[in-house]
Amino acid sequence: MMHRFANPTRFMRVANVILPWTAGLTLLFLAAGLYQALFASPADYQQGETVRIMYIHVPAAYMAMMIYASMAVASATSLIWKHPLADMIARASAPIGAVFTFLCLLSGSLWGQPMWGTWWVWDARLTSVLILFFLYLGYIALLNAFDDPARGAKPAAILALVGAVNLPIIKFSVDWWNTLHQPASLAKMDGPAIDPSMLWPLIFMAVGFTLFYISVGILRLRGEIAGARIRNLRLGMTHG
Amino acid sequence: MTSETTPPKRRTVRAATRKTRRLYIVLAGMTMLGLAAGLSLFAMRDSLVFFYTPSDIVGKEMKPGQRVRLGGLVAQGSVEKDGTTVRFVVTDYAAELPVTYTGILPDLFSEGQGVVAEGSMLPDGTMKATSVLAKHDENYMPKEVAEKLKESGRWQEGGEQ
Repeated sequence: MMHRFANPTRFMRVANVILPWTAGLTLLFLAAGLYQALFASPADYQQGETVRIMYIHVPAAYMAMMIYASMAVASATSLIWKHPLADMIARASAPIGAVFTFLCLLSGSLWGQPMWGTWWVWDARLTSVLILFFLYLGYIALLNAFDDPARGAKPAAILALVGAVNLPIIKFSVDWWNTLHQPASLAKMDGPAIDPSMLWPLIFMAVGFTLFYISVGILRLRGEIAGARIRNLRLGMTHG
Repeated sequence: MTSETTPPKRRTVRAATRKTRRLYIVLAGMTMLGLAAGLSLFAMRDSLVFFYTPSDIVGKEMKPGQRVRLGGLVAQGSVEKDGTTVRFVVTDYAAELPVTYTGILPDLFSEGQGVVAEGSMLPDGTMKATSVLAKHDENYMPKEVAEKLKESGRWQEGGEQ
């Protein structure tokens, strides 16, 4: 089953059918989510209108970690089972994850200034997310540090795996240490501490961001596969 | 004719063991890495905290002039404003520490609210802050819901900070 879809050509045939749907749904969810987030949802009892930054910041943070986690799984698959597709998925995901991490840091900074009274502090949550951003950049740099792109795959996959240690640190930093960042609102034992009127736009935005990742990911995979094919043709020409 | 069928079979077996070996290497590597990271973070736990609570500081006999970041709730009824100078008490319900601060306070600053004050200790055991940051809790709700909760008495002031 896994082997059937691990074939890039077959995978792309399925992906190309999915793409218009995910792209359309991305627009739908983001439009609905942004309307609810910016107009229809209420202001917060404490933070007022500033709370609307949350609808960008929290989904971006979730994407930053989710994409890194899928990159780490893909990298492990590529290291252990040598599936070429797994390697391409990790490659295609990295820039998307880096952009979401940047968006998370930027929106967090813009939120921190009016609420906390500072753009940035070196608390455990903020620092570990900054490290995540550097891990993304390091991964991309390492991938492109070799003349033959195939040679960069293995060291980059190892870096992606090593960096995965950072994910639980980000998640639990607010529980393990005192931070300026508040504890988790969504993943709580007694249910989310967010009023439903604010939770729904947040879920819409998170689904929209995920669909965006899938759509752009498919586009980037298409490019990766075409690039690999061109390299193979060139090699065939020089050797044959 | 068995010699013709054995080689490819042996190759697949070898490939499978190589895959299994790689799987174990990755699993063992990740376990070691997680353990190493866990141990180092545990060893550094005192410097990884962003602030100390009043109980941490009151028990510790801080030297005057020592720089410290103090976090807790602004005690009810403790805020005194004198021009741009503010005096308030930071509490964690176990210990209290008075703080003086001159400057602009963040909008969220109020009694019962979480704050992080950075500054130095004075000889009388109080703190002179050079910056005050506001902390907000993990609850998000519209004003009407907050008021209803307060009316019905299900409101926990400050909550878990």
